[in-house]
Amino acid sequence: MRAPKVYLDNNATTRVAPEVLEEMLPFLTERYGNPSSMYAFGGDVHKDLDRARERTAAMLNCNPTEVVFTSCGSESDNHAIRGLVDAYPEKGHIITTKVEHPAVKNQVPYLRRKGLQVTELGVDRNGNIDLDELGDAITAETLLISVIFANNETGVISPLAEICRLAKERGVFVHTDAVQAAGKLPLDMSTLPVDLLSFSGHKFHAPKGIGGLFVRRGLKIRPFIIGGHQERSRRGGTESMPLIVGMGKAAELAAGKLKDEETRVRALRDKLESGILSAIPDTEVNGDPDQRMPNTTNVGIHFIEGEALLLAMDKQGICASTGSACASGSLQPSHVLRAMGIPFTSIHGSVRFSLSTYNTEEDIDYVLEVLPGIVEHLRDLSPFHSMADVEAFGA
Amino acid sequence: MWDYTDKVMEHYERPRNVGIIENADAIGEVGSIVCGDALKLTLKIDDGVIQDAKFKTFGCGSAIAAASALTEMIKGKSIEEVAKITNQDIADYLGGLPTEKMHCSVMGQEALEAAIADFKGIKLEAHEEDEGEVVCKCFGVTDTKIKRVALANNLHTVEEVTNYTKAGGGCGACIPRIEDLLEEVWRSEAERRSAGSRLTTVQKIKKIEQVLTEEVRPILRRDGGDVELVDLAENRVVVRLMGMCHGCTASDLTLKGLIQDKLHELIDPTLEVVEDAGA
Repeated sequence: MRAPKVYLDNNATTRVAPEVLEEMLPFLTERYGNPSSMYAFGGDVHKDLDRARERTAAMLNCNPTEVVFTSCGSESDNHAIRGLVDAYPEKGHIITTKVEHPAVKNQVPYLRRKGLQVTELGVDRNGNIDLDELGDAITAETLLISVIFANNETGVISPLAEICRLAKERGVFVHTDAVQAAGKLPLDMSTLPVDLLSFSGHKFHAPKGIGGLFVRRGLKIRPFIIGGHQERSRRGGTESMPLIVGMGKAAELAAGKLKDEETRVRALRDKLESGILSAIPDTEVNGDPDQRMPNTTNVGIHFIEGEALLLAMDKQGICASTGSACASGSLQPSHVLRAMGIPFTSIHGSVRFSLSTYNTEEDIDYVLEVLPGIVEHLRDLSPFHSMADVEAFGA
Repeated sequence: MWDYTDKVMEHYERPRNVGIIENADAIGEVGSIVCGDALKLTLKIDDGVIQDAKFKTFGCGSAIAAASALTEMIKGKSIEEVAKITNQDIADYLGGLPTEKMHCSVMGQEALEAAIADFKGIKLEAHEEDEGEVVCKCFGVTDTKIKRVALANNLHTVEEVTNYTKAGGGCGACIPRIEDLLEEVWRSEAERRSAGSRLTTVQKIKKIEQVLTEEVRPILRRDGGDVELVDLAENRVVVRLMGMCHGCTASDLTLKGLIQDKLHELIDPTLEVVEDAGA
């Protein structure tokens, strides 16, 4: 299996940076000591653990003691919400949204079974929540507001500063799943008063299997894995040194790449997006064009189905993803696009392109060269070419 | 990533018979853009034989492949022959489909069925399904369809039903109802099988006469035809087609597709209907 010609699915996962791999290797070979051991062979490793924590904290501009290493973004989301709920059994209400990542969204039935009330805020056509609605939803019972920082499917960025302002006025905690934002957007925990923030290494060029949770100092939260003293007893279990060191290095690299993300990557994304919109009729961008990750575009290509499109792009060496039902194994298309009220004519043909710092102008030119032909071919196969066709079908 | 066979990928990449036949003799349209897949099948039919078949599909790779395969399977065949094609036949032609994608083969079979019904000027299954109760609201699947597909494909679990019909694959609210339907289908199927085989010959003849009178003749008479029972030898039901049915090019379809199906459904699934050789 060769690497694809053009990889534009960086919201799914990213390649490991060569510098990251290099720093990890000694911990997979000779430096296998346990950082908790008393002798120098272990104690030295602990210094690397501390350094990785400092580097990760620097990415968030927080104190290293506020960083808990976890195994992935999903674990961080589970730790944040369940750890807080268990610490405050007297509170019975949580507010979240209909466009959360499954790691938050699928905790809702669990929380309801536990007897909590959960409010899931809707979003408008651009994917934005209504802050007035959020304010009205807060009650004396409300423990937590959990809102995704940047949506994985559309890249739409939530107004976290305003959310925090509303929450703090009423003494409510705020968690955000920042898996898509960390390492790509500047995050500053000294100015953004969230209490909990989840992130994941493999979205910013660390390996899979490592994530983190920012836990604001002084926050009462129950441990997620009950065990040893590791991670200040919040998550027991011997630290995975290669992965932690890898994420520390990736966090350091990311800080130096934020400008590239905001300028060069954004320009490539914009070129791709406007190129598709102008070359292919009946296409539209899903998600707020202004409040959006610089690396993500979600394009609705009407009258064709996303899985067929992905298969055809795959044949040409292009990796992307779709909100179509057929590609997921579930039969329902993207809950995010449905919550936004995107019509089904567009949801099934939605494609997400997500870039990284490794993408080049040639990548974008190549996609713009082959995509119109693929869409034309699939539209030739489709019985639908207009809304009138859709409405007349089967009648 | 789906594990598609080479044949699926080949039909997806180079679909056969794409298009719409102008002035088609039969049109079958099934699915919808909301459900995520739709198929339009158009046929050119001469002397009861499908001279040409074309399709247009909105759907995933396996939906395109299933539609392409279907057109290849039916071209040059008589209506009687293609009426026997099941969704499993379509899947088999493609070397199999991932179980989660079996609904693509069902869509192909349904489009064919709809086209044949359109050709005959009746809306057999589609009509029946319209009258069924919608069980799965997410995908608009009726109890009639769930029962029919479950029986035809020997489905015993909700998961299988979802893979073949999509029912239950959305919000999941109808899953208990699908469980009930499955129990109902297989209980009545078991009862029917044991009841049919217990009948004496005279009882069987009486039942067959009753089915012919109540279920079959009203349909044949609309086209000026008729049928009579000539003999019953073991499980061979010998009938004579009369009136307009006699010598009709669609007589095999009438024998197997209508009479035999009704007898299977209402009396005994082992009965075989043949036309009186002396006719």
